[in-house]
Amino acid sequence: MSPKIKPLKIKDCDLVAIATGVRAQNLKELRNNLITCHPGCVYYHFWGGLIRPRFVDPEYNNDFAAWAAHGIHDKKLAEILGVVDPTDFKDIEDLRNELIEIIENRLDESEYLTWSHSDRQFNFIRSEIVIFDTKYTVSNPEDLAELISRLSVTSIFYHFIDARRRSPKGEDDFRSWLISVNGEYKNLCDLIAQVDPYFITLTELRTQLGSLFNSYFRGGN
Amino acid sequence: MSTLLESYAKVTGEDVIDHLLQLSKPLKNKKVIHVNSTKMGGGVAEILHQLVPLMEEIGIDTSWEVIEGNDDFYKCTKSFHNALQGDKVDISEALLKNYEKTNKENAERLKGVLADADIVFIHDPQPAPLFEYTANKLGKWVWRCHIDASKPYRKVWKYLRKFVAGYDASIFSLADFAQHLPHPQYLIPPSIDPLSDKNVDLEENEISSVANKFNLDRCRPIMLQVSRFDRFKDPIGVIKAYKLTKSFLPNVQLILAGGGADDDPEGEEVLNEVRAAAQSDPDIHILVLQPDEHRTINALQRIADIILQKSLKEGFGLTVTESLWKGKPVIGGDTGGIRLQVINHQTGFCVNTPEGAALRIRYLLHNKDKMNEMGLKAKEFVRENYLITRHLKEHLTLMVKLLYNNSSDRIEI
Repeated sequence: MSPKIKPLKIKDCDLVAIATGVRAQNLKELRNNLITCHPGCVYYHFWGGLIRPRFVDPEYNNDFAAWAAHGIHDKKLAEILGVVDPTDFKDIEDLRNELIEIIENRLDESEYLTWSHSDRQFNFIRSEIVIFDTKYTVSNPEDLAELISRLSVTSIFYHFIDARRRSPKGEDDFRSWLISVNGEYKNLCDLIAQVDPYFITLTELRTQLGSLFNSYFRGGN
Repeated sequence: MSTLLESYAKVTGEDVIDHLLQLSKPLKNKKVIHVNSTKMGGGVAEILHQLVPLMEEIGIDTSWEVIEGNDDFYKCTKSFHNALQGDKVDISEALLKNYEKTNKENAERLKGVLADADIVFIHDPQPAPLFEYTANKLGKWVWRCHIDASKPYRKVWKYLRKFVAGYDASIFSLADFAQHLPHPQYLIPPSIDPLSDKNVDLEENEISSVANKFNLDRCRPIMLQVSRFDRFKDPIGVIKAYKLTKSFLPNVQLILAGGGADDDPEGEEVLNEVRAAAQSDPDIHILVLQPDEHRTINALQRIADIILQKSLKEGFGLTVTESLWKGKPVIGGDTGGIRLQVINHQTGFCVNTPEGAALRIRYLLHNKDKMNEMGLKAKEFVRENYLITRHLKEHLTLMVKLLYNNSSDRIEI
């Protein structure tokens, strides 16, 4: 291991939710508010669900799709919104535009607006992230392989999901760090790039990453 | 780490305590004050009894002040409470003037501590005007609304809004309760303290003695609702659900346990209505408890097979959290904070009518394995999401944000 490599400091995080007071009771209101809402709302309604209290795998992976299904009972729209994967978009504005496009298409083909019950409105929420140090610092990739299965799920969120907002290339922290190790771990980076964090829970994501690192180092790929 | 923090770490894990200690560092030497309207009774006082000592334990100079008022003041603020929950109550000009005068007097009495504090948390509408009436304020002020204000009576909200709009931030338990306000509205659900008398593990002999004291037959099914005698808690609906259940399961018993709060003048009236509805049924146990009988409530929640919280409106429902923590499924009103905690088929059932409640009671009493499975899930759900350590973490984050970082959505400790 080269001594020049900068160690990876492992961090942890939490999301704090902030209500905007903006609500939608039908699809047109959802579209109009999506156009003007804080970009943090789009982020929160796609990714916040991973950290919020929840029990089982949700039927829909983002709040817009869940509301289409349970708020205005538009199952067709829910399916189309539900399949939108935020990792396919270069930034939040691209993702926002895609959502608006989908909703406008649906408005075009609908003859009338369906309204949600007044206590099932869509609440636009944004979040702030608070970041903590942990006691862990990793100096070589083998150590990361050993540590990853013991990290908290919120630590995984910070390094694997939030990192994509921070990195100019939209990469997670693990790849950004491994790439800095003289290109030695390009194959591992390619494997990590194939992990789709959106359709699994953070616990499952941690397990997948742990297995991937372990098999890489045990198999000597 | 102190002994108290070590005790919390045993329940929540050390990482959680480590986060709290990290977050508390920038708040050392800061003065924090909580203000509400009662020391005893109700969820807010209970939260503060737990939160304030824990804040001090992690090194934050924290105190708790209580405003003082006459009967008319509490009559007015109880009407505010009902109006924020949607009742169309018109409040007389005389009561409003008394409310403002009382707050002015309290602001004068507390001006020494409030003006110099770095952060002031004002709980609920009772002390809300203190912000306006405290001169030369140096710190940040946060209004904490514990009430289900999803559909407030607009006339009363318009009156109260002028007192809360100037705050630096507000806190609501759910996004549904948030209003149009010119400051950030944080979403922070409340919590329970696993080490408090209300929630700590009890020895079997203590539980048995409570059962004996109230003549409860533990060989027969027991349903329980713990709450203030308040119409929004729907105790009459609970009695209806019990009677519907009784026709299928004649052995069933019901406990309605509650007490008053110093700031709730309607309790006695509702208690009389509940007694009338119970019609001296020997299997309905109406228990009027003192505000400090936390261990009794703890034992009752452990004695019960099923716990109800059939509220028509509910800010959060800490009694639901307490019950889930004891591994009991909850049948709750499909409203407010109960929806956050009672997940159908996972931790209990949300219902809209006494009939719905009776149906779910029968289902659970006929499926004991399912009931136990739900109970186990319920306890872990609370451990992950609704313990005081999470609650404190979010308060600390908000304080750090208000004191050090006003624009970025990223706070690095």
